[in-house]
Amino acid sequence: MAQYAAVLIFLLVGIGIVLFTFFMSRLIRPSNPYKAKNQSYECAEQPIGDSWIRFNNRFYIFALIFVVFDVEAVFLFPWAVAFGHLGLFALIEMMIFIMILLFGLFYAWKKGVLKWV
Amino acid sequence: MFGVEVSQLFFYLLSFIIIVSAIYVVSLRNIFHCALFLVLCLFSVAGIYILLEAEFLAAVQVLIYVGAVSILMIFAIMLTSRLANKKIMQSNDNVTVAIFVCAGFLLTSLGSFGYTVWKVVDSPLPENNTLTIGKLLMTDYVLPFEVVSIVLLAAMIGAIVLARREKI
Repeated sequence: MAQYAAVLIFLLVGIGIVLFTFFMSRLIRPSNPYKAKNQSYECAEQPIGDSWIRFNNRFYIFALIFVVFDVEAVFLFPWAVAFGHLGLFALIEMMIFIMILLFGLFYAWKKGVLKWV
Repeated sequence: MFGVEVSQLFFYLLSFIIIVSAIYVVSLRNIFHCALFLVLCLFSVAGIYILLEAEFLAAVQVLIYVGAVSILMIFAIMLTSRLANKKIMQSNDNVTVAIFVCAGFLLTSLGSFGYTVWKVVDSPLPENNTLTIGKLLMTDYVLPFEVVSIVLLAAMIGAIVLARREKI
């Protein structure tokens, strides 16, 4: 568990850098907000509407498929760690596992879910 | 190895973060901030798993709950049409019902924890528990492992069918 001390240090340094940058920029910058400056950034164009827009529904299906493959990835980790001790049988087992899930991806593809319109 | 005192300090710290962020999840007005506090809450639970030396479970918690499920929730918020005019404020109108439901859940879980006989392993935990899980998954539990892929496939096809709102 001691190696998680490094994780903790990374976490603290990561949070620290963000807080430090915010604090320093608040300290240094002049505070002069006006309407044009507060606009959301739109690459030299006048922004239309709010930045809190409603996103396309299609994103949601991608997110759902991502969750499924994320769960699959979870099973890949212990398999990869133990693979050196297991041999060919484990490889075949994992191939079956992935093939069944690939069928799902194939289904999504054939149904045109992955196509971006 | 951390000493017992240090572990306990971290346990209390993490529990504090979990409880405070969980309260924020149900009480903040902006539902997007609620989702972000839920991420913090789930991340701290991963810290508790590490304290319990369940490293694999902690990785799963970060990967699935912090990584995927919270993304799904944030997507669901962003895809909600009412957000466009910022009317999607969380309200706690059903707080009385919620108190009864939560109290019932608390009592049920406390009761079942009390009645369960917890198995305590005398020998120390395996040093590398991801390796042990991997070995068991590929030998003793290979059938459940393959069934999991069918379950995931069913979930994926179900999600696609529901999301497309089509007749089967």
